[in-house]
Amino acid sequence: MIKFGFVCARNTFRAMDVFFWPVMDLLVWGFLSVYMLKVSNAVPALITMLIGATIMWNVLMRAQQLISVSFLDDLWSRNLLNIFAAPIRVSEYVTAAYLMGFIQAVLVILVLSVLANIFYSFNLFSIGLPLAFLFANLLLMGWSLGLVTTALILRWGPPAEALAWAIPFLVQPVCAVFYPVSVLPLWLQPVAYWVPAAHVFEGMRQILQTGHLDQSRLWCALGLNILYMVIAALVFRHLFQEARQRGYLAKYGT
Amino acid sequence: MVHSDLVVELRNVRKTFGPALAVDDLSFSVAEGEIVGLLGANGAGKTTSIHMLLGLITPSAGTINIFGKDLERHRIDILQQANFASAYQFLPWNLKVWENLFVFSEIYRVKNGKKKINELLDMFELSHMRDRITGALSAGEQTRLNLCKSLLNDPRLLLLDEPTASLDPDQADKVRKIIASLQRETGMTVINTSHNMIDVHELCGRILFMQKGRIIAEGGADEIMQRYGSESLEDVFIRIARTPIVEKLESELAKN
Repeated sequence: MIKFGFVCARNTFRAMDVFFWPVMDLLVWGFLSVYMLKVSNAVPALITMLIGATIMWNVLMRAQQLISVSFLDDLWSRNLLNIFAAPIRVSEYVTAAYLMGFIQAVLVILVLSVLANIFYSFNLFSIGLPLAFLFANLLLMGWSLGLVTTALILRWGPPAEALAWAIPFLVQPVCAVFYPVSVLPLWLQPVAYWVPAAHVFEGMRQILQTGHLDQSRLWCALGLNILYMVIAALVFRHLFQEARQRGYLAKYGT
Repeated sequence: MVHSDLVVELRNVRKTFGPALAVDDLSFSVAEGEIVGLLGANGAGKTTSIHMLLGLITPSAGTINIFGKDLERHRIDILQQANFASAYQFLPWNLKVWENLFVFSEIYRVKNGKKKINELLDMFELSHMRDRITGALSAGEQTRLNLCKSLLNDPRLLLLDEPTASLDPDQADKVRKIIASLQRETGMTVINTSHNMIDVHELCGRILFMQKGRIIAEGGADEIMQRYGSESLEDVFIRIARTPIVEKLESELAKN
């Protein structure tokens, strides 16, 4: 965490990278929504749904990417050996990345909420307390994806580094970020219901439309997240042990 | 049976990567306060052995005890008292020199970390570079910075992988003197892999010659030179590297 703080404190581009993509997302989707409202009979709630979805999607993506990119940072700077030859538990390393992901997700959601308020008069915090539960569930899913992504990079090395950016988009279609699950083909809908984020985004749309949230959605998302956190931890532990057996830590670290 | 004065003890350690045999039935021990040199041609198994001692690679067979404890079960406790430096390992290029050392002083839970960092930067003549970005340092300066990192926690066991590989003769000599002097003061144990015969001759009280993952000769520098009828370690190195392993083992067996 101290290392990441040092990097962001000095490297303006790195710090800006945290906010740049989410802000661009918000602007593009936000203005598209405004345009759609003008040229068609789109329901006014559509604009709030798209903007809310854009902001919340970034929570998941930031949490996932920070874990993977922290690991890639050590890989690129050939620092892996120094880290894993130090008295640091893998769980400590991962927890630090989780915390950084949490801090970054909070900062991103704050910045985007302010901008959404300025440009589109959209107040994300009007969702109220449920927003915290929606946020927590997306964060948990982002952490699980981040851990699995890191494990895959550990297993396949630098050629797999693109996964750090690709994995969120691989699951995005079944996360029902910008559309309801009912829009998906029938055969894909059961898959979406196994994705915690789909329940979160369905819940968010429900609140924005009706002001009410079916709490079973949150519990469902939480249950799935706990299951996936356990699976992600087991996958990571297995691939980390395999990396030690096959010498990947030493190979990729030098 | 684990001897309490043995800092490092490897028993029948073997490491294979698929069909490739990297370390073959390696057994040796290092007592507290010893400086041992691991010598051998490229691919002899030195670096793999060092990585196994750091727990970065798990052996395919055999046991490794450090400070009388099983490395696999007490890895964190052992690594708290050990450290390493390699000429081929770098600290994050985008941090300043002192920032890198500060991060590692926190990881190793060094008391009075800032004071220790200043002492080490002075020792390795890097004080004037403390605010410089690590990526801007020359290879030799980065090697000295790695050595600073490796001494942050006053390790009981220091593992060095070609520590003077990118240093000019003047700096290499200074580094050797620093390590020797610290070893005398603190009694730390050092395992040093090197291709630099001056390093090995000046620093190491005992040498383990490795070839194809096995130790094929062991002893003090003078003793080994005498055994091979050579006037320099470099000559011994070349002879060992160019002689088939079976012939060497037979010759060793005949001597014993």
